[in-house]
Amino acid sequence: MAKIAPVPEEAVLEDVRLKAPEVSLEQAAKLGGVAGIVAVFVSANGMVQAFAERDIISGILSMGYALLFLVPLIIAYLAAREPPVLEGFEAPQKGPRNVVAGLIVGAITGLFLVLFVLLASAVNLRRVFINISPQLLDLLTFGQGSGGLVLLAAGSLLMGAAGGLTQLLEAKWRRALWGAVAWTLLIGLLEVIVAQLFRGLGLNVLAPFFYAGTGGLTPVGAAIVFVIAFLYYWAVVPKVNQWQHAYAQMPAERQRSVRLSAVVAAVIVVAVTPQVLGPFVSEVLDLVGIFLLMGLGLNIVVGFAGLLDLGYVAFFAVGAYTTAILTSPASPRWSPEMSFWAALPFVILAAALAGIIVGTPVLRMRGDYLAIVTLGFGEIARLLLLSDWLRPVFGGAQGILKIPNLSIGPIVFRTPVDMFYPIVGFCLLAAYVSWKLKNSRIGRAWMAMREDEQVAEAMGVDIVEIKLKAFIVGAVIASFGGALFAVKIGSVFPHSFSLLVSITVLVLVIVGGLGSIPGVVVGTLALVGLPELLREFQEYRLLAYGVLLILMMLYRPEGLLPTKQWVRELHEEELMQDAWLKMEEDRRRAQAQAQTSQGDLPPAQPEEA
Amino acid sequence: MQRALPQEFSERINFAAGVIWILRVLVAVIVIWGATSTLAAGFYSPSQWRDLVIFGLAQGGVYALIALGYTMVYGILGFINFAHGEVFMSGMMIGYFVADYLNEVGMWNGNPVLAFLIVLVVSMFTSTSVAVLVERIAYRPLRESPRIVPLITSIGASFFIQYAFRGLFGAGVKSYPRMEALEGAVTVLGVRILKVHVLVIVAVFIMMALLYWFVERTRTGKAIRAVAEDKEIAALMGVDIDRAIVTTFAIGGMMAGAAGLLYALVFSQVFFFSGFLPGIKAFTAAVLGGIGNIVGAMLGGIVLGIVESVGPILILSGLGIPAPHQLKDVVAFTVLVLVLIFRPKGLLGERLAEERD
Repeated sequence: MAKIAPVPEEAVLEDVRLKAPEVSLEQAAKLGGVAGIVAVFVSANGMVQAFAERDIISGILSMGYALLFLVPLIIAYLAAREPPVLEGFEAPQKGPRNVVAGLIVGAITGLFLVLFVLLASAVNLRRVFINISPQLLDLLTFGQGSGGLVLLAAGSLLMGAAGGLTQLLEAKWRRALWGAVAWTLLIGLLEVIVAQLFRGLGLNVLAPFFYAGTGGLTPVGAAIVFVIAFLYYWAVVPKVNQWQHAYAQMPAERQRSVRLSAVVAAVIVVAVTPQVLGPFVSEVLDLVGIFLLMGLGLNIVVGFAGLLDLGYVAFFAVGAYTTAILTSPASPRWSPEMSFWAALPFVILAAALAGIIVGTPVLRMRGDYLAIVTLGFGEIARLLLLSDWLRPVFGGAQGILKIPNLSIGPIVFRTPVDMFYPIVGFCLLAAYVSWKLKNSRIGRAWMAMREDEQVAEAMGVDIVEIKLKAFIVGAVIASFGGALFAVKIGSVFPHSFSLLVSITVLVLVIVGGLGSIPGVVVGTLALVGLPELLREFQEYRLLAYGVLLILMMLYRPEGLLPTKQWVRELHEEELMQDAWLKMEEDRRRAQAQAQTSQGDLPPAQPEEA
Repeated sequence: MQRALPQEFSERINFAAGVIWILRVLVAVIVIWGATSTLAAGFYSPSQWRDLVIFGLAQGGVYALIALGYTMVYGILGFINFAHGEVFMSGMMIGYFVADYLNEVGMWNGNPVLAFLIVLVVSMFTSTSVAVLVERIAYRPLRESPRIVPLITSIGASFFIQYAFRGLFGAGVKSYPRMEALEGAVTVLGVRILKVHVLVIVAVFIMMALLYWFVERTRTGKAIRAVAEDKEIAALMGVDIDRAIVTTFAIGGMMAGAAGLLYALVFSQVFFFSGFLPGIKAFTAAVLGGIGNIVGAMLGGIVLGIVESVGPILILSGLGIPAPHQLKDVVAFTVLVLVLIFRPKGLLGERLAEERD
């Protein structure tokens, strides 16, 4: 900005750059305490020991150690980060202070862990804390007895320092480094998929090169993965923006052809995936698909319409049981033995009816009452299915068996590999419906209702109608999920329809970003797919869900891949502040310009500009 | 809700009101029909009915203690603290370890009064700490967010606590040691009551009286009521909002902790999921009595306890439904749904928070 002589106040502000606060060491000490507690917690609740069974890099790094030492690493990284620099402030120099903050975190975490090991070996805590076993202590001391304590503390300190050091890197390098670490860990964990991928693609020779065979990458394989991922983040990711820009610049026709080829590529990838990955991974993918379907449905109810439904599993159960009764020859009371497709209209009908039954009583209810009532409906559904009273119809705890396979004409979908295609088909249908609804009149009405019910009503939105429609659409999509689930498993039992299903679906919708369709896809892959592939995760899945829900609400309530509306709603104040700051800046610039061009005008005038 | 509605809309409301009236009549017919046919059939003797009512009273007292936590937090912050059931469970679980230890050293049956008091204090302390921690970590930073946000957080907190306890203390069901002093029954006013039930009922009434005195008569209680009425005005009057809110959570936790021990003495088993059903039922009780209303929560808890204990047998067995006790929880959930449909303001109306939207 040009220097301006006659306006003293502004000029003073321009010259004296205010310094933004440096990294706070006190804060680092607090975060160190948090890291220490987390590290002791994951040890004491058995995670470290359970995860130690699985190697990430064979003979070097197990998932248990990775978990334990990621705690100080990540928290040190966060503690060493400068507080956000406000407009008009000067960012502080990066330097030893960042590393010291990281070291503090590492040191305190190490201290907590060492104290924990000492306490656990002095006193027998096992009667209360069943997971504090001698094996755990052995793991924590690297099998070296008390000498291992030094290693433990040193490891933690090292991780803290590493976390702090990464803050000194330039953003580009930092991103590449973290990305490479994350990918190496992930590829190390996903041996099932990657090895299968090699086999499916006929690259079987490569597998022993990467994987040790006893679980985990070979050190060489790990290094290769690391380097490739690093290069990808370093060289390719920064270009994505340019490509997007280039795409936007293209003429409409070329844009269309680019889009078309992307779609064709996606179709081929999806068509080939289950064939290449084989039955085990396909089984997991099928489950992911079913949850994705439900996620898309719940996304309409919670994400679009803002109705927090905790009994979503009830509709899933309606779909599954309707299909079971209508198609299975073993249905206890009445078995018309229809085909899946003939039963489908009845499934839709039953789900719509269930949507109305749940929806009508809660029409005039406040948000949080709604959550509890729907939860109540979900539990009522499960308990009724389980009861002796309705056993003649639903089969009680034994459920309904012998549900025939899905078939289209002569094609029968028997294996998990086959089932993948109809599931993807239904997911695409649901995604298309959501996308269409989102941009339609009713979608806008839902969002208006979500923001403010009374205002929406005043604007002429028929709340009763659109609430019921949200419930019905959500219920029908969930019932598709249930129908597919029933034919995939071949039987239905009441215990498949517990509250945990509702909670899982809710978590993946929220983590992905309420109302965002790609968000639901990512959320499902990470939160359902990963625990299904790694049995160790299964045990701690709900613990992780709980933590995720809390952390997401605290730090990123809009989800991982948010929609614009949610961001706006949740960060209203910040956005307003940004707008204000921009206005100020514009005003000042206009003022400066006006003064350089016509220096004789009084300073009050340009405010109108 | 007195608002001018568009013509078409008010017709719809009338339609909805009509549906609700039909439902009401239906429910009344089912209840009366079921009850009269059960009574006419005479499957159960009067003393059996009396036992059921007393059991319901004890169970309902426990629900009432938990419900106080829901109702007070709702009154002051306006959202459902979903994790309150886990606050209850945590006291019960840690209490178990102390009780188990006391049993081993022979104090549990050697000096039952002292043992009871020790476990009570531990249980209350645990629940209070958990409640306050949850408030501090999960709710305080979100006080200004849209209301769905703390609700989701509380669901997260609930599952986190459950599975953290599962990881730390194991998934198995733990049985409280038997307290010999509480076995058998006494006769009060010509009615035979199990000693455990006497203890629970007496303890519940003492706790509730103490709480009522605290909220209505002390300065801190006054501050809590003021914050529930209007946070900003209360702050202007010099009330420390954070302190009032933390105190509310702490009181809710204490009541839940006491409820935990009493519940454990009656049902004697605890595991990591034990908080879920009592939590939901206590919430039902809070809504039944009128959420935000302390006396309402007490009344709601007791009514729900009795309905749950007597209802399935009285109504369902008359309708010819086999194994009605299996549907005990269904009855409780149905009561919740019906209350919310027909009388969302509860029996006594909402008090601490009037006309909250």
